[in-house]
Amino acid sequence: MAHTEELYLGKKSYNVIGTRPIRHDGADKVTGKAVYTSDLHLPNLAHGKILRSPHAHARIKSIDVSEALQVPGVFAVVTHDDFPDLENKVANLGEAGMVNLLELGANCLAKGKVLYKGHAVAAVAAASTHVAEEAVLKIKVEYEVLPSVTWVLDAMAPTAPILHENLRTDFMGKKEDKPTNVALHLQFEKGNIAEGFQSADVIVEREFKTASVHQGYIEPHVTVALWNEDSRLKIWTSTQGSFVCRQQVAELLGIAVSQCVVVPCEIGGGFGGKIAVYLEPVAALLSRKCGRPVKMSMQRNEVFEGTGPTPGSFMRVKIGAKKDGTLVAGEAWLAYDCGGFPGGVIGPGCMCVFSCYEFPNAKVDGFDVLNNKPHTQAYRAPGATQAAFACEQVIDELAAKLNIDPIEFRLKNAAKEGTRRVDGPVYPRVGFIECLEAAKNSPHWKTPLTGKNRGRGIAAGFWFNIGCASSCSASVNDDGRVTLVEGSTDIGGSRTSIAMQLAETLGIGAHDVQPQVADTDSVGYTFLTGGSRVTFATGLAAYQLGLDLQGQMKQRAAEIWGCGADTIKVENGNYSHNGHTLSFKQLAAKVAENGLPPVVGRASVAPEGSTNAFGVHIADVEVDPETGKVTVLRYTSVQDAGKAIHPSYVEGQLQGGAVQGIGWALNEEYFYDDKNQMRNASFLDYRMPTCLDVPMIETIIVEVPNPTHPYGVRGVGETPIVAPPATIANAVHAATGCRMTSLPISPPVLWKAISTKA
Amino acid sequence: MSKKTHVTATLNGETVEFLCEPRHSLLEVLRDTLQMTGAKEGCNNGNCGACTVMLNGRPVNSCLVLGVEAEGATLETVEGIASHAHLHPIQQCFLEGAALQCGICTPGFLIAAKALLEQNPNPSEHEIRFKLANNLCRCTGYDKIVKAVQAAALELQKAAP
Amino acid sequence: MRSFEYEAPSSLAEATALLASAKGTARVLAGGTDLVVQLRERLRDADLVVDVKHIPELMELNYSPGMGLRLGASVPCYRIYENPDLVATYPALIDAAHIVGGWQIQSRASIGGNLCTSSPAGDTITTLIALGAHCVIAGPHGNREVPAQEFCTAPGKNLLQKGEILVAIVFPGPGQKSGSAYERFIPRNEMDIAVAGVSSWVRLDAAGKTIAEARVALAAVAPTPRFASEASQWLVGKPATAETFAHAGELAKKVASPISDMRGTAEYRTHLVGVLTKRTLAKAVERACG
Repeated sequence: MAHTEELYLGKKSYNVIGTRPIRHDGADKVTGKAVYTSDLHLPNLAHGKILRSPHAHARIKSIDVSEALQVPGVFAVVTHDDFPDLENKVANLGEAGMVNLLELGANCLAKGKVLYKGHAVAAVAAASTHVAEEAVLKIKVEYEVLPSVTWVLDAMAPTAPILHENLRTDFMGKKEDKPTNVALHLQFEKGNIAEGFQSADVIVEREFKTASVHQGYIEPHVTVALWNEDSRLKIWTSTQGSFVCRQQVAELLGIAVSQCVVVPCEIGGGFGGKIAVYLEPVAALLSRKCGRPVKMSMQRNEVFEGTGPTPGSFMRVKIGAKKDGTLVAGEAWLAYDCGGFPGGVIGPGCMCVFSCYEFPNAKVDGFDVLNNKPHTQAYRAPGATQAAFACEQVIDELAAKLNIDPIEFRLKNAAKEGTRRVDGPVYPRVGFIECLEAAKNSPHWKTPLTGKNRGRGIAAGFWFNIGCASSCSASVNDDGRVTLVEGSTDIGGSRTSIAMQLAETLGIGAHDVQPQVADTDSVGYTFLTGGSRVTFATGLAAYQLGLDLQGQMKQRAAEIWGCGADTIKVENGNYSHNGHTLSFKQLAAKVAENGLPPVVGRASVAPEGSTNAFGVHIADVEVDPETGKVTVLRYTSVQDAGKAIHPSYVEGQLQGGAVQGIGWALNEEYFYDDKNQMRNASFLDYRMPTCLDVPMIETIIVEVPNPTHPYGVRGVGETPIVAPPATIANAVHAATGCRMTSLPISPPVLWKAISTKA
Repeated sequence: MSKKTHVTATLNGETVEFLCEPRHSLLEVLRDTLQMTGAKEGCNNGNCGACTVMLNGRPVNSCLVLGVEAEGATLETVEGIASHAHLHPIQQCFLEGAALQCGICTPGFLIAAKALLEQNPNPSEHEIRFKLANNLCRCTGYDKIVKAVQAAALELQKAAP
Repeated sequence: MRSFEYEAPSSLAEATALLASAKGTARVLAGGTDLVVQLRERLRDADLVVDVKHIPELMELNYSPGMGLRLGASVPCYRIYENPDLVATYPALIDAAHIVGGWQIQSRASIGGNLCTSSPAGDTITTLIALGAHCVIAGPHGNREVPAQEFCTAPGKNLLQKGEILVAIVFPGPGQKSGSAYERFIPRNEMDIAVAGVSSWVRLDAAGKTIAEARVALAAVAPTPRFASEASQWLVGKPATAETFAHAGELAKKVASPISDMRGTAEYRTHLVGVLTKRTLAKAVERACG
């Protein structure tokens, strides 16, 4: 693991951190004033629409746009040919991964072949969305339909239809020589698993599968692009990372990043699905062609069929333990699909499958597999939820076989400081044991569950927080309020958690900081909102910014008092010297009164390596044995937050992740028919949980400080979704005796299992 | 293209007039013609509730109403909930209870919740969940939304004469 | 969405004339909760949309214990379940009206609209069949009445001819010692399409122990909602017990010929018919005794 700096200050009490102020953008968001991309109305605006493939796999023989161009009110039509010649160049999008530009471009507008139903083929800009929609239907595409495949194991078979003829498997850096759909084969090993399993008293081995699921943000993808006559490109969009969006667009269009400005509007949910670009480069091409700003937004079925789900998977997990409950060996074989283009989330899947426990011997094989589905994207702890569904059920079964309480079994083997993960890194101080203890002492666990057809399940989850670059700046106003400018798009209240860290550092109130998220021309480079990094890394930048502002304020005070800056004491926002004391606000006023240089600060950081967050979930379910329907009666999420900056929004992350995970566990799936067409591309048939489907979600925040952050923050956004499907599956097993090894555990599937068992 | 129709309606207490084609939904009219963008489009087929507005005193999905149907109607949108620069208790409770994260579903929830509390000032948790089931939220897990509605019910009861 | 013309007539005669003389395809707009989606998704086509909500006969809700219920075809669901008389007399109708979409949908969606959409899974149609309702249809050549169970002819199709319009649905008085219930099975608890649905109506004898009359109808297990006639007839004279309900469920299953799709397998749907028949009969009997 990369060297990480010890930064934790060990403060015993805080003024702002840990309180629950109203979020700074709150009034805008409850009155309808907040501006999301779709709310923009520019003069002379054109509206774009995309033509999408009706086939799961086909060669494009020809595209005839002539009739579409004749429709009155149509301004421009584009296809892949409108992109500059994209080479097989790889753009480094940091933690968002290495992106092959040829593939990214071919995902935005198909090149030669369509690789999934819903794959974008061409786009129209017109006077209204209705006209654009009619024109799109007039584009004639001749297809040669090819055999298609959507199940990951079928796609790995030697006889499978091949998506990319030139693709060869990369096995730990070496290229194999046959055409294949397996883009990547990863392998991690620790110790000696043969010896490990030999020493085991009990071994459990099971196979698992999961369906593709979608992030399900309520705001569809939407963008406005204006390619001006001065060749400056301006993009307003719903993105998790304005700088990452800018980089992708610039690379795809062959322009310098500084020629493009991305304005991040309010974003209506992302969960990992709004990192890759879809509409942005297409709207830009249309704008250049028609000389107007172009707005494009997706309909819901386009979101399901054309944007990233998270992988469907097949997994085999084998774990051995001693009679006393000590784990001795683990082996996992994971195949995750990545849809139409290589580069899925198998890597983190492999890293996470055994990450909660101390395994002396372990081996993990992982496969990134192409198939005729939309190219997968990150979805909250990408790859970890599937892996936990497998591993945590095997752990549950082992504990039962050994007649050991499931929490005690996990405690005995829990990962802790010094534990080495199968992929190499050694944990610093982590809070898994504390989470297990908190679960054990929770009101939920201590209340016996009674009643027929009911069961309780428990499972654990793990995810990283990444670091990466964040920048922010601020100015101190005459009235002592601080204007904060940051680059992290705010999906769930992060403006406030960043502002609170600055306020804490300066010793002022949360509402004495006014945060705003700026465009890419107005703030330094800031990596995306994802990887549970914002409150951690941008928060670290805000802390450093606070030190910068404080240093400058000391200098101003020194000028006022005619003393050396280093003789000034700062405590809780009060600046004092030799019996004089000025509060931050008083000092700010004096700075203006005395005509001193205004205080303007800046900070940029790029913390290396990752920190870690663990969670433990408990669920009580009741199963209707006649229908197979599962009702979640009670649910508790325990998680180590390091330090909860704004506890309400930490709870919100835990609750939201739990409910997404419950949806994944019980009903959500991409349902494909025999032509590999998705049959449930609507909110009605995709069935995300409504509020009538879930109970209140109890939360317990554990605080084991992160040594690499001054206030001990760990990111909390992703871990909450990791444990739920395994937790529900373990609860269903307790209620019915059926070990459910495939997701979703939908009523027909569970009914079949119950009736077959009986 | 069919000829545009002239429509007169009352929106948040004010008379509005607009022209629309029969195929324009009330949501399109509100957002694009009248530039009242508080109501959001999440699915455009009645399954998410982000576009919820009040039509003649009833909550509806404005994506499923034609603009021309609004002739003579009384409409209320999220922009009309606060009055005289004061947030309505339901808005205040959403903020204090952190009942929103990304905020895209919030206008729809606020309209539906306000309508619910006007119909039943003291709803059970089940009734709140039943009546809000046409409004999807993907961020919060609903816990804090339901609690905010419960808190608003108490606030409104306290304020009632 | 393709362009279309819009008319909002205020009389039946005007409406039928518009529909009969329309060039191209004319569609009736009631609550719009199906039609607007279908037009937008180009599942249906229209050159003319006729909004019938300004026609008094279609918005009428008239109940009397002697005459039963006359329900205008465009009366939105909420007016049904917010009506205390109907809550007491037609509980299955209330069950169904309460779960057509969510609350917002129920502000607009009507029983007549549900019937005219003619989905095999239509939540209220089976209840119309179980309650023995009739459909009043107006057309250019006068009015006609048909039993609800004959109205739907195939998925999305019904016996309305060009120029015809569904005006009202007429329900007989519920009768002494009777009760009804509708239940559907859905994976979520709201906002879902029935995987299978069953509506049951029963009338008990004076002692309240034996079934004197019964009507059971099924949703989402055949190309149209189905009347389960064998099960309904078999129930007559049987004791109102769990065994009876379970056996009726087995008989009802015989009428089911479902498909397998994203909502469930044929096997599962058929199984659900048995479960739901049993449960709705038990609830209907409980309500009859209530």
